[in-house]
Amino acid sequence: MPMETKVPCSRLESVLREGHFAVTAELNPPDSADPEDVYKAAGILANVCDGINAVDASGANCHISSVAICALLTRAGYEPVYQVTCRDRNRIAIQGDILGAAAMGVPNMLCLTGDDVTAGDQPEAKRVFDFDSIQLLRTARTMRDEATFLSGRKITSPPCFFLGAAANPFVPPYDWRPQRLAKKIAAGAQFIQTQYCFDLPRFKEYMTQVRDLGLDKQAFILAGVGPLKSAGAAEFMRTKVPGVVIPDQYVDRLKKTPKEKQQEEGKKICIELIEQIREIDGVAGIHIMAYRQEELVAEIVEQAGLMPRPTSNDQNKE
Amino acid sequence: MFRWLQNYPHFLEIVYDLLEVSLHPLKRWFKPGSHSEPFIIAIEKLGKETVFGCQMCGQCILHSTGMTCPMNCPKQLRNGPCGGVRENGHCEVKPEMKCVWVEAYQRSLKMPKYGYQFASLQPPVNNQLKGTSSWINMFHGIDTDLPPGWTNTKDIPVKWVKEDFYANGD
Repeated sequence: MPMETKVPCSRLESVLREGHFAVTAELNPPDSADPEDVYKAAGILANVCDGINAVDASGANCHISSVAICALLTRAGYEPVYQVTCRDRNRIAIQGDILGAAAMGVPNMLCLTGDDVTAGDQPEAKRVFDFDSIQLLRTARTMRDEATFLSGRKITSPPCFFLGAAANPFVPPYDWRPQRLAKKIAAGAQFIQTQYCFDLPRFKEYMTQVRDLGLDKQAFILAGVGPLKSAGAAEFMRTKVPGVVIPDQYVDRLKKTPKEKQQEEGKKICIELIEQIREIDGVAGIHIMAYRQEELVAEIVEQAGLMPRPTSNDQNKE
Repeated sequence: MFRWLQNYPHFLEIVYDLLEVSLHPLKRWFKPGSHSEPFIIAIEKLGKETVFGCQMCGQCILHSTGMTCPMNCPKQLRNGPCGGVRENGHCEVKPEMKCVWVEAYQRSLKMPKYGYQFASLQPPVNNQLKGTSSWINMFHGIDTDLPPGWTNTKDIPVKWVKEDFYANGD
């Protein structure tokens, strides 16, 4: 089993350690300064998943910051997963934010490299990448386990995080991807959320290698899934969104479906994929990224037979 | 002009070893702040820029990255490729360029001596060393002078690298 955090503080971690098939979901970050908008976005996910991911300017587009989303969510008793990318902040800012998030009660942190600035609507921005995701992971772990900053300076009260990382088995160099996972686990990752899994044969092959290396015993692996909204959206995702691979069979299937039924078909594909992923050894859960279709997450989880959840996400909500 | 040399990583690995041995007797000339420093920087820059597109980060890890300079990655990653690599193995940021890390990986497979180092965890870049000579920094241990918070963490042996993984690969 993955190394346990000294003081378990994450409900997501408990769910996984108890052996449940976990469900996490990505929150649609509002372009708004109104906390109610965050709560609205979280409300539709809260009862159907064990952790809500707050993205850090995903696709290099500005939204409300992930640390603020997480702070709002913890206030209301939700279980956020704080996503941190290396694109926008240097090591000084990131370490400060890690303490800040922990002080607000954020229990989970996902360390990412981040999409490049050119993927977003402000490609003229300066890219930072002072850390890479692995250096970020190891620094976060040092802050938690050794109570020191990277500089060696002491932290009086260390943060308590369940640490996560991302994996993308679907892009080259394919045969090295399991090794990269090993590197991330060595750096401190306890759970993994993958890129969208549409290419199941590739994913199965990846998981075979992962199991051979014993990595599924070292970290909890959550496979990324999501409903495709339409044939057009699928085409956009696979050509414009970095790292997303969607085999022709699914795009063709959507193209053959009448336009008004494509969203329903996309949801069906997603549920089928979840059912097949559940059969793969070493997969500990799923991570649903239903970009701008968050209202579908509840139906997907329900119809995939993943309800009820072991811990209601808003159990502490007053 | 001499970039094609990178496709002979095994040869470069031997050159790397030879260079280290042959520069060692000259160690006393390799001092930070010395009169010889600007010349050393100029020679290092000329050689490594021509072959590797060196960015003079001052903390060279070429032999751990398949003799491919990771500072040419637009994100300047030091620990392997990001998740944005295109299906054809090209870069997320520059579609016309082959991913630096895909090349680095393929080349490291052809390096019997240092190839395995591709798996090691690389510390964050010391931005103060940009523009300095990595040869001087190597002789004086400046490039391995890591932030205390990095070295304090127990170094984990990369036990997950399959045995003879690199020997068999090509």
